[in-house]
Amino acid sequence: MVLERLRSGALVTRWFFTCLTVWLCLPTTVTVAGEVERMIETIRTAGPAGQGNAEAAAAWQRLTESTAEELPTVLAGIDNCSPLSANWIRAAVDAIAERELAQKGTLPTKRLERFVLDTNHDSRARRLAFEWLVQADETAADRLIPNMLNDPGIEFRRDAVARLLTQANALFEDETKHPEAIELYGQALGGARDDDQIRTVVAKLRELGQQVDVPRHFGFLTDWKVIAPFDNTGTKGFDIVYPPEEEIRLDASYDGKEDPITWIDYATDDDYGMTDFNQPFGKLKEVVGYAFAEFTSDQAQDVELRLGCKNAWKVWLNGELLFERGEYHQGARIDQYTMQGVMQRGSNSVLVKLCQNEATDSWTVEWEFQLRVCDATGTAMLSKSRGSGNVGQASGNIGQVSVQEAAAEQVGAE
Amino acid sequence: MNKQIQMALAVTWLFSAIGIPVDGADWLRFRGPDGSGVALDKNLPVEWSEENNVAWKAELPGRGISSPIVIGDRVVLTSCSGYRQDRLHVLCFAAASGKKLWQRQFWATGRTMCHAKTTTAAPTPSSDGRRIFAHFSTNDMACLDLEGNLLWLRGLLLQYPNASGSLGLASSPVVVGETLVTQIETDSQSVALGLDAATGETRWEVNRPQSNNWSSPITIRDDEGTDFVVMQAGDGLKAYDPTNGELVWHFPEPCGKTASSGLAGNVIFVPCQGLTALRFNTSDTEPELLWQEDRLSPSSPSPLTYGGKVYLLSGSILKCADAETGEMEWQLRLQGNFTSSPVGGGGRVYCFNEEGMGQVVEPGVNGSIAASNTLDEGLVSSPAIANGALYVRSYNHLWKIAEK
Repeated sequence: MVLERLRSGALVTRWFFTCLTVWLCLPTTVTVAGEVERMIETIRTAGPAGQGNAEAAAAWQRLTESTAEELPTVLAGIDNCSPLSANWIRAAVDAIAERELAQKGTLPTKRLERFVLDTNHDSRARRLAFEWLVQADETAADRLIPNMLNDPGIEFRRDAVARLLTQANALFEDETKHPEAIELYGQALGGARDDDQIRTVVAKLRELGQQVDVPRHFGFLTDWKVIAPFDNTGTKGFDIVYPPEEEIRLDASYDGKEDPITWIDYATDDDYGMTDFNQPFGKLKEVVGYAFAEFTSDQAQDVELRLGCKNAWKVWLNGELLFERGEYHQGARIDQYTMQGVMQRGSNSVLVKLCQNEATDSWTVEWEFQLRVCDATGTAMLSKSRGSGNVGQASGNIGQVSVQEAAAEQVGAE
Repeated sequence: MNKQIQMALAVTWLFSAIGIPVDGADWLRFRGPDGSGVALDKNLPVEWSEENNVAWKAELPGRGISSPIVIGDRVVLTSCSGYRQDRLHVLCFAAASGKKLWQRQFWATGRTMCHAKTTTAAPTPSSDGRRIFAHFSTNDMACLDLEGNLLWLRGLLLQYPNASGSLGLASSPVVVGETLVTQIETDSQSVALGLDAATGETRWEVNRPQSNNWSSPITIRDDEGTDFVVMQAGDGLKAYDPTNGELVWHFPEPCGKTASSGLAGNVIFVPCQGLTALRFNTSDTEPELLWQEDRLSPSSPSPLTYGGKVYLLSGSILKCADAETGEMEWQLRLQGNFTSSPVGGGGRVYCFNEEGMGQVVEPGVNGSIAASNTLDEGLVSSPAIANGALYVRSYNHLWKIAEK
């Protein structure tokens, strides 16, 4: 009995010390199963008004104790989360990688590379993984980037296009190699989504005698019905609901600012799809105009409408107001405003309200906008009813075909 | 953190809290202590070049026009990078060596468009000595501790979707006690917010004039020791209680929207009818108008009040006036164009032009240029002064300029 008690006591003691040893050997990190995910879940609850920030900060601190091996799990936390949560998690990734790289001189490169190449993950998370990967493996960029011309991540595409441009520019210098240069520029155009790179490629292709349909590449809407001028005295017209906001009747006549007005056709041949109300209506002041376009989609799908405009404006898709802005003459650029919307199968209506104010300075003359339809990467989405291209801009070069085909896959373009 | 550092930070915080610039004091926000642009550091360099009196030079990622701030032994500033300027950086350097201690990066959640001369990293961060509050033109805000640990994030455009300007935002936040105050004014949507400095949650918000405004709020303390935050705009100068956002007083004359107000003691120098000097006393009385001088109209750089004089840049002319009376004393033509605001320290006025030339002015009776120093890199941000050094942010580098 005594012996049993002694044995039992010895077993308990041994069990205790075994457990203690195991516990002591556990790394002081969040490697407990599911802990990383729990911290990420807490971070994801932080809201836009600052609610949950205190809890998120505590979880963030704990999350940064993760090991380098856990980086892919932390990175995956960025998938499908809000922009704010994504920033919380990316800061944790940076803290972990910064510490681990400083302490160990390396990172788990194979795991990071697998993450980079897995396009199921969020593109920004993949890019973040890539940027840490190249700090631990200087060969990674040369190995990966050339194959990323059509990557969902626009920064990967940008790098791939830049490499192609370098090669193409070298060929461009040798007249005997212009056919190869055209081929490479065409490939670059197919991948390019950033305006500066597209401008460069288009200029080179045109210099080489190629025709490029730039509006088509971007997905600018170029054929509109327009009506103006309604009254915008004192910029009050921005909030006035004029008839086109209530009904689209293209054969209707309405009371304009001074005279009856009707819808007229307007097509722009501008490379950047600029729809200039000053052309059909004159350089008017304190006026409101509307532009209407139909967009035919062969399936219901999410789209982005991207607007560039220096006048006050509103945009509706299928009667739903997507966004409005009352700013005048502060500047415009391509993709200045991005709006998410849903195209329904068949015909869709796009309506733009464009307001001009009273200013008379030379830089307040413009009464115009550019609007394109694309996916989240900026790849053009073309209406099934779109024509074959702008006047004098027949399709035909390699790059253009490739990007149009890509777009066609998205929307079923002609 | 060891006890010496804790003590140093505590002392620094104490002095900054009671609004007294001390020799070697921190430079915790746009234009330093009280937003005055004045440091009591004595041994500041007069001459420098890339080879002379440059203690260190650190490379910066991307672009930015925000000013550095100095918190104890650390220099913090913001930057932005990427084709769309949508990568927002907060960087921390060791003040002694220029070594980068940490860097945090965020993706912009708001619009990135801005005028070519500015960037999404235009507002200067602020600090209470313990925390860093970084604000970007995208209306993203990040709060970090001095080790780079993230304490909270806000993406204000998610709540105020039109609070962006296509020319960019530049107003720098201020922290008053436990409230961070930020002034966001655009042609489309304008709001001032008081955020809980610990959590980033909104304590209060007030509507502001719907018109672009790039000036920064300043903080004042009345005779009773109560703090207020003061904002200028086209509808005048308004003082608010930072704890609840209640309007305390309103000076209704239209104010400028680029150069920020200066401060000396209990007198505010606001860009208004040229320049207007207002003395505030207690919270329940309107400020007293001391003088207005239309010949003292500043261009983009904010006015400086230093040693009983008001200095301001009007184009390339540095003007000096008596701070008590507004009477012009002298003016001096400097070289170049100016966006950077002048700062005062060591009895001199430091003016950096857009080409990076630092012109050191000896005030004297007529004002004279003691030295003109080039950095061979342009800049538009305002320098910081701390620990006997000037910290200057040029387009691509952060410089520590100090006597060797």
